[in-house]
Amino acid sequence: MQSLAKRCSAIGLALATVTSSSVFAEWQLDMTPGVTDISQQVFDMHRTMLWWCVAIGIVVFGAMFYSMIKHRKSKGHEAAQFHESTSVEIMWTVVPFIILILMAIPATKVLIAMNDTSDSALTIKITGSQWKWHYEYLDWEGKGNLDLDYYSVLSTPSEEIIRPALASGLFPKKTAKDSYRADGNYPEQTALYKQDVDKPLVIPTGRKVRFLITADDVIHSWWVPAFAIKKDAIPGFINELWTLVPEDNPGIYRGQCAELCGKDHAFMPIVVDARPVAEFEQWLADARAAQKAEAEAAANSLDKTFTKDELMAEGEKAYLARCSACHQANGQGLPPTFPALAGSALATGPVADHIHIVVKGKNAMPGFGSMLSPKEIAAIITYERNAWGNTPTDGVDVVQPRDVAK
Amino acid sequence: MTEQHSVQQANRKLIKKLSLIVVGMFVFAVGVLPPMYDAICAITGLNGKTANEAADIEDAVVVEDRMVTVQFLADTDPAMPWDFKPNIFSIKVHPGAIQKVDFHVRNPTSRLIVGQAIPSVSPAQATPYFKKTECFCFNNQELNGGEEMDMPLIFYVDPGLPKSVRTITLSYQLYDITKSTEKGAPLAAN
Amino acid sequence: MGEHHGPMKGIKRWLFATNHKDIGAMYLWFSFIMFLTGGFMAMIIRAELMYPGLQLVDPNFFNQMTTTHGLIMVFGAVMPAFVGLANYMVPMMIGAPDMALPRLNNWSFWILPFAFSLLIIAIIQSFLGIADAPNFGWTFYAPLSTKYGPASTDFFIFSVHMMGVSSIMGAVNVIVTIFNLRAPGMTLMKMPLFVWTWLITAFLLIAVMPVLAGAVTMMLTDRHFGTSFFDAAGGGDPVLFQHVFWFFGHPEVYIMILPAFGIVSAIIPTFARKPLFGYASMVYATASIAFLSFVVWAHHMFTVGLPLAGNLFYMYMTMLIAVPTGVKVFNWVATMWKGAMTFEVPMLFAIAFVVLFTIGGFSGLMLAITPVDQQYHDTYFVVAHFHYVLVTGAVFSIVAGVYYWLPKWTGRMYNIGLAKLHFWSSLIFVNLLFFPMHFVGLAGMPRRYSDYSLQFADFNWWISIGGFGFGLSQLILLWILIEVCFRKKGEPVSDQVWDGAEGLEWTLPSPVPYHSFTTPPVIK
Repeated sequence: MQSLAKRCSAIGLALATVTSSSVFAEWQLDMTPGVTDISQQVFDMHRTMLWWCVAIGIVVFGAMFYSMIKHRKSKGHEAAQFHESTSVEIMWTVVPFIILILMAIPATKVLIAMNDTSDSALTIKITGSQWKWHYEYLDWEGKGNLDLDYYSVLSTPSEEIIRPALASGLFPKKTAKDSYRADGNYPEQTALYKQDVDKPLVIPTGRKVRFLITADDVIHSWWVPAFAIKKDAIPGFINELWTLVPEDNPGIYRGQCAELCGKDHAFMPIVVDARPVAEFEQWLADARAAQKAEAEAAANSLDKTFTKDELMAEGEKAYLARCSACHQANGQGLPPTFPALAGSALATGPVADHIHIVVKGKNAMPGFGSMLSPKEIAAIITYERNAWGNTPTDGVDVVQPRDVAK
Repeated sequence: MTEQHSVQQANRKLIKKLSLIVVGMFVFAVGVLPPMYDAICAITGLNGKTANEAADIEDAVVVEDRMVTVQFLADTDPAMPWDFKPNIFSIKVHPGAIQKVDFHVRNPTSRLIVGQAIPSVSPAQATPYFKKTECFCFNNQELNGGEEMDMPLIFYVDPGLPKSVRTITLSYQLYDITKSTEKGAPLAAN
Repeated sequence: MGEHHGPMKGIKRWLFATNHKDIGAMYLWFSFIMFLTGGFMAMIIRAELMYPGLQLVDPNFFNQMTTTHGLIMVFGAVMPAFVGLANYMVPMMIGAPDMALPRLNNWSFWILPFAFSLLIIAIIQSFLGIADAPNFGWTFYAPLSTKYGPASTDFFIFSVHMMGVSSIMGAVNVIVTIFNLRAPGMTLMKMPLFVWTWLITAFLLIAVMPVLAGAVTMMLTDRHFGTSFFDAAGGGDPVLFQHVFWFFGHPEVYIMILPAFGIVSAIIPTFARKPLFGYASMVYATASIAFLSFVVWAHHMFTVGLPLAGNLFYMYMTMLIAVPTGVKVFNWVATMWKGAMTFEVPMLFAIAFVVLFTIGGFSGLMLAITPVDQQYHDTYFVVAHFHYVLVTGAVFSIVAGVYYWLPKWTGRMYNIGLAKLHFWSSLIFVNLLFFPMHFVGLAGMPRRYSDYSLQFADFNWWISIGGFGFGLSQLILLWILIEVCFRKKGEPVSDQVWDGAEGLEWTLPSPVPYHSFTTPPVIK
């Protein structure tokens, strides 16, 4: 049993390290003006509202504080006894009303401008799922189905995120107990901490891009502040939004999920890479070719037989990237929502059931058949059947890609 | 004593009235709001859900000098193992002209599964103008293990479609409803 | 009737309480315990958010904390506190001997501990690492709360049902009392504003609590009985849930602020020694706010993809609420104007209320503007907004009311020095806590995040310090209340207590006798 003092100093040590090692960006106090025409309009509207509020605040609070200073009993002020005045009351009903109309006119204009989704060059479908984004390129200048889609997931390594202050790990289920470092020496959080993804969404500048947005499981919300666009991704329904990044503003723009979507809501960032049209087209061609090659490689891998060590090594890596958020790195899961895999009847039971669940999913778990290659899935299953002291009861401890594709 | 009595009577009367409001609001929330929401959606296309029954073909008058692009998307719920995709991604149509497109489905499992496709149209304002005369989404679909088929959708775009709409996207999300229809064979695994 | 008997002895006095003062006191203590419980959860949230990265709690547990913090503060702290004040004060203010329906009153209070026990059992299970507590936010959007909700969601559903029953019974009691038990001569337009705001609040409660009950009932049938109100797979729509919820939820916001207007409208005239300015317009403003609250709900849903016409309609309606709310603020300022002000503790809290609630009103006005709201939506800007309205608004008004009427209830003056310390430390820390949230929200930090990126780090550290300071400050209030209520400390006060106070309650002896106004007072 650790003494309380020791624990406290451990927390202090851990926290001190965090502050000293973090890269703190400059304080941002206001909304971002963004880079698109719409975001600029939204920003201007926000500033207008802010100044109206400041002005009204100065008048109201000014009168109030003047009165509090001047009309106090300790200064011998005698209370007046008036308690109504129709003209004054009408005045302060009508004047705010007029101010509101002055606010509503530009707001209406901006809103109408935001709603026009017509004539877009590129159509991209965005699907939110726990806890990643799926991007599907549907149409580029009327060329039809582009056969390009990929998942975009957080790329910040978990050692930067999970830094327990207590040896027992994160309260209350002692998750991430293994990540605890007694010396408090956690890796430095880099400038793009929790903001970077493996594959950003690439769009062209100077062309209107239309997004169709939906979700697989719960409601998510796709938000890129620099474009001033935010729209809920609703399972079973599609929503639309659009943006037009000016030609002179190529660059990387970052956003986040804005609607509570479960445990890792804070860990599904959005990265948009806006490139000049020529570069975008080049990227599109390359990405499509790469995806095709990958599919072929996956098909070829079906003929190959991998060793258990090869599969275990790849499986561990893929497991940590894809599965450990829920089932945990130590396979203990977070019961009851996320069951343990260590010693579980499923991970040590008939191999066909195990494959079925990983490929097709169950309840809250998505099917990985469409997300990962057969080889990766085979590796993950092999890993799950052997890691954490698991021993398959049916004797099948190695799964090959072709077993998955069956 | 009589005054006491009359107050109690007044109380009872008032409680009765207030209870009526309470019951009425509960009924409103559960019994009136959901159907009212559906009705409003059906009229305005609010949530992009198209009508659940076949439209009349007769009112269609083809408008030759206008083109609308219709895009088709097909999605499956994560729990639905079927492969599901449109045979064509997008077509250009004249408003009023009747079109047929097929969606392909395949049940890669070895068991009977019942599916239900839920349509969603974007932009929502186009929804009431997207008329289906025949659609696989009107009913649920059954596929035995390993079976595949083309499911037809016959539709036209109502010429009343607002001029600002030039592209309509029709998306289907396919759900496994085997459990709720009680038709499926018991699950082999788990 | 007619024979005077004192309270029953021991625990029976409380279990079988039918006296409005006993029940009011129980409501207030219950609410204070809930306030400390919900506040403890806020401390866990702020501890985790002090630094970027996950140091203390699992993100799933973090979500359970934000969810139950919200539920407990809304349904366990703010609402019961107002019901407690209504129980205690409304009969005394209108010259009635008690509430009209004392047995119903007993029942509506005693349901609450059971309702919250259900919720707290779920939370304790979570603390012990046995099962998850509700983790879908206090707004419990489908399908996160239906298809994806933890098993304890059913506890939550029954708990909300019981809270609803309790609130509805409390509201019925208030309405019947005000309509049928006013002393002769106490016409509606002579009623103190607290009574008026509560009357309107009570009507809001009986209109919308059944809608909340309906929402959770539909959740229950979706979860267990095969319906699909909110599930697209069966032909439902998750967005319908949001419509139903906010049809309840927006009036609910006013349920939590209208009685606050009443309290402040009682306190400011007392310490300005000047009658309330624009009494009639205050009543009309309250009524129009209540009416408008039914036609603005979709301003919580500007990003779900409503059609343009819908977005415009809800934007205009929401902006319109600024007019009656503005009238109220102007009236309070005009009440102070040319008064003879003194700054006792209740007045300090009331003035802080007017200033800080107005700041919350400003951010509310900004949030009404749809195109900008789409950027503010679900960020810390919204968190800052509703905490300004609910903490420095509703909670400050409750604290002000307690400091105002406590000497009347107990017959003793509390420790004024400590109370001033409580005020100043609360004021400083609450602004350190909530004001920087505007900045992190505008800079792009979404709400309900268990972790954030580095550009938000410094502000979050300060916000956490503010949070801990504000939390600890409330222990001063706890001590003040223990001293006065249980240790019976404090100088005896006169019947008048505050020299500028007006109203029937101040004509009663201090402390108020167990039975008051058994013969109706004469209203001039």
